Amino acid sequence: MGYAPGMPRSDIEIDLRLEEMHVLDENGDVDEDLDPGLDRDELIEMARVMLLARRFDERRLKLQQQGRIGTFAPVIGQEASQVGTVSALADSDWVVPSYRESAVALWRGASMTDLLLYDAGFNEGAQVEPESRDLPIAIPVGTQLPHAAGIGYVIAMRHAANGNGDENGNGDGSDVVMTFFGDGATSEGDVHEALNLAALRSLPVVFVCQNNQWAISTPVAGQTASATLAQKAVAYGMPGLRVDGNDILATRVAAAEAVARARAGDGPTFVECVTYRMAVHTTADDPSVYRDEDEVEQWKRRDPIDRLRTYMSNRDLAGDDDFEQLESSVSEQVADAVEQAEARFEELGDPAGMFDHVWAEPPPYVEAQRREVERRG
Amino acid sequence: MAERTMIEAIRLALHEAMTEDDSVVVLGEDVGVDGGVFRATEGLHEEFGPWRVFDSPLAEAVIVGASVGMAIAGARPVCELQFSGFSYLGFHQLEEHAARMRWRSRGRFSVPMVVRMPYGAGVRALEHHSESKEVIFAHVPGLTTVIPSGPRSARALLAAAIRSPDPVVFLEPKSIYRSFREEVPDEPEVGDLRSARRVREGDDITLVAWGAMVRRTQEAADELADDGIECDVIDLRTVSPLDESSIVESAQRTGRVAIVHEAHRSFGPAGEIIARLVEQAFWQLEAPIARVTGYDVHVPYFAREQAYLPDGDRIAEAIRATVEEPS
Repeated sequence: MGYAPGMPRSDIEIDLRLEEMHVLDENGDVDEDLDPGLDRDELIEMARVMLLARRFDERRLKLQQQGRIGTFAPVIGQEASQVGTVSALADSDWVVPSYRESAVALWRGASMTDLLLYDAGFNEGAQVEPESRDLPIAIPVGTQLPHAAGIGYVIAMRHAANGNGDENGNGDGSDVVMTFFGDGATSEGDVHEALNLAALRSLPVVFVCQNNQWAISTPVAGQTASATLAQKAVAYGMPGLRVDGNDILATRVAAAEAVARARAGDGPTFVECVTYRMAVHTTADDPSVYRDEDEVEQWKRRDPIDRLRTYMSNRDLAGDDDFEQLESSVSEQVADAVEQAEARFEELGDPAGMFDHVWAEPPPYVEAQRREVERRG
Repeated sequence: MAERTMIEAIRLALHEAMTEDDSVVVLGEDVGVDGGVFRATEGLHEEFGPWRVFDSPLAEAVIVGASVGMAIAGARPVCELQFSGFSYLGFHQLEEHAARMRWRSRGRFSVPMVVRMPYGAGVRALEHHSESKEVIFAHVPGLTTVIPSGPRSARALLAAAIRSPDPVVFLEPKSIYRSFREEVPDEPEVGDLRSARRVREGDDITLVAWGAMVRRTQEAADELADDGIECDVIDLRTVSPLDESSIVESAQRTGRVAIVHEAHRSFGPAGEIIARLVEQAFWQLEAPIARVTGYDVHVPYFAREQAYLPDGDRIAEAIRATVEEPS
C-alpha cells in the first residue's frame, strides 16, 4: 500500500548515491580531463607537507608511548584530504579546523614545536600568531562550523558595505572560510545549523567533510541512513561534491571549485573527501576492538602519498632521489622540532600560566588566586 | 531627559551602539522585521538593513556560535535569544568557545559579543519562559553576567556590555520591561560592568538584590524605614565577576545581611555571596545571613508563579528576623 497515493508530488530519490570523483586511480594513473595540471614546485610542496605530517605523526605516536607527550589525534591516511583542500586557499583566507588537522596546520605554516607543546599539555602550543586567520583547534565535535558561518557572514557583510559585491555581499575578491570536520560530526546539531545558515545567506564558506569511515568505533553506517554525506547538501540548497579523499588531485580540484564559487559570491559548498583513518582515533583508542585488519590493509593500497609519488614519477616530475631528499629533510625537521619542544617543556614550568588570557582584565579575586599560585610556585 | 521604560532604554542603547560603531550586528529570531517579540529591536532593521540586523533561522546554537565567529572576524555581535529558557541549546557555544577563545588562542582572538535574553518570571508566560538561572553563566570563567534593574541601568550597562572586550550574557528581567518608567539621560551613558551600586543607604542591615528584585527590595526597605529599620540596599548589577568589595564593605558596617534573588536557593548566587562574606566579614557579622529566593522547584506555571517569587512580605519578614536577631 502506498502512502496517500492520490497526493500530487514529485519523488525524492531516497536511494540516491552520489558518485565519487577520482582523478588519480589507485595505480597513480590519471584522468587527463580532470588533471588540474599543477606545476612541479607546487606538487613537490604538497608531497613534502604530506610526508612531513606522516612522519611527524609516526614520531608523535612514539613520543606518546614513551610518555613524553599526551594523547593526540593522528592524521595518518588523510593527508590528501587535508593538503589537497587547504592548498586551494589563499594565505589571507580563513581556516577553521577540528582536532585532526595537523596536515592543514603544517601547510599553513604552523610550527611543529607548537603542536608538540600542545600535545604535551601546554596552552602555549595553541597560541595563534598576531595576523593569522587560522583558528585554534576545536575539540567538541562539529561546534566549530557555526564559527565558520559567522566569519563568512562578516566577510559578506563587509563586502556588501564596501560596494564590492552584489546585494548578498559576495563578489569577486571576497575572502573565503574553509572549515574541516569528520563523518561523525554530520550527526551533530551544530553542523546542521551552520550548513543551513551558510546556504541561507549564501556565505563564502567551504565545508570540508573528511569521511574517514570511523567516529572512534562507530562506522559511517552507524551515523546516518544517507547513502553518502555529500548528498545532504541538496536539502540545504548548496552544491555537494564527493571525491576520493586519498587522491590529492581530486581533493584539490573539488576544493578549488568550491573556493572559486565562494569567492565569486555563489555561496557555500559541501565537499566530502572519502578517506580512511589509518591509525587510532586518538592514542587512547584501540581499533582492534571494532574493525578488521583486512579493512586497514585494503586502504593501505590506496595510500595518498604513494599515489602522488607514482603520479609524479610517471610524469617525470620527481624521481626516487627527490623523494629520498624529501624524506631526509622532513626527518631532520621533525627531529629538530622535538628537540626544541623538549627544551621548551623545561622552560614552561610556571603553573601561574594557567591564568593567562582568561579575561582581558581579570577580576581582583582571580588576580588573588594567581598570586596564591605564584607564592606556592 | 526623558522618562522611558526599560524596553525603550534597551532599544536606545542598541540604536546608539549601532550608530556609533558599524561593526555592531544585531541578530536573533524575529529581531528584524518584527522588532523582536518584546520589541527591543524595533526600528533597527528599517534603519540599518538586513545585514546589520539579521533575522536569523530558529537555531540557538548557530545564533550564539555564528556570533562567536563574527566577533573573531572583528564584528561586535549582539545576539538575542528569545527567552533565557532556550539558551541551553546555545549554551555549549558560550562555555566551549565564547568564554575560551581568548584563552585558547593566547590573546589572538577575542570574543566581544553580547547575548541578550529576556529572563525571569512574572509575566504569566508558558513553561521555559520564566527561568532565572544566572548561576549557570556565572560559573563559567571568562563570561560576564549582567542583570539590569531598571531603564537607566539597562541602557548604561548594555552600552558597556557592547564595548566589553569579552563576552557578556545580558539577562533582561522581562517583568520590568514595561512596568515602570525612569529618567534616562539623553546623552550617552556607559555603565561599569565591574561594580555594584548602592541604591539606598542605611546602617541596620545590608540587602543585596538584582534585576526585578531590586524594586521589590527597595519597596520593602521603604516600608521598614517607617518602623525605624534603615536598610543599605545594593543593586548587584553584574553577578559575575562579583563586586565583592561593595558587599563586604556594607556588611562590615551593618553586621547583618539578607540576599534576595529569583533563582532557586540551592547552589544559587546567594550561596557564593555568603561564602565571600564568611571569608571577609565573618567577625563583623552579628546574625545569620538570610536568603529570600525562589524555591528549589521548577518555576511553576503562571497561576502559582507569584508564590514562587520573593515578594514584599517575604523580604520584610526576613529583614525583621535578621535585624531582631540578638548580636
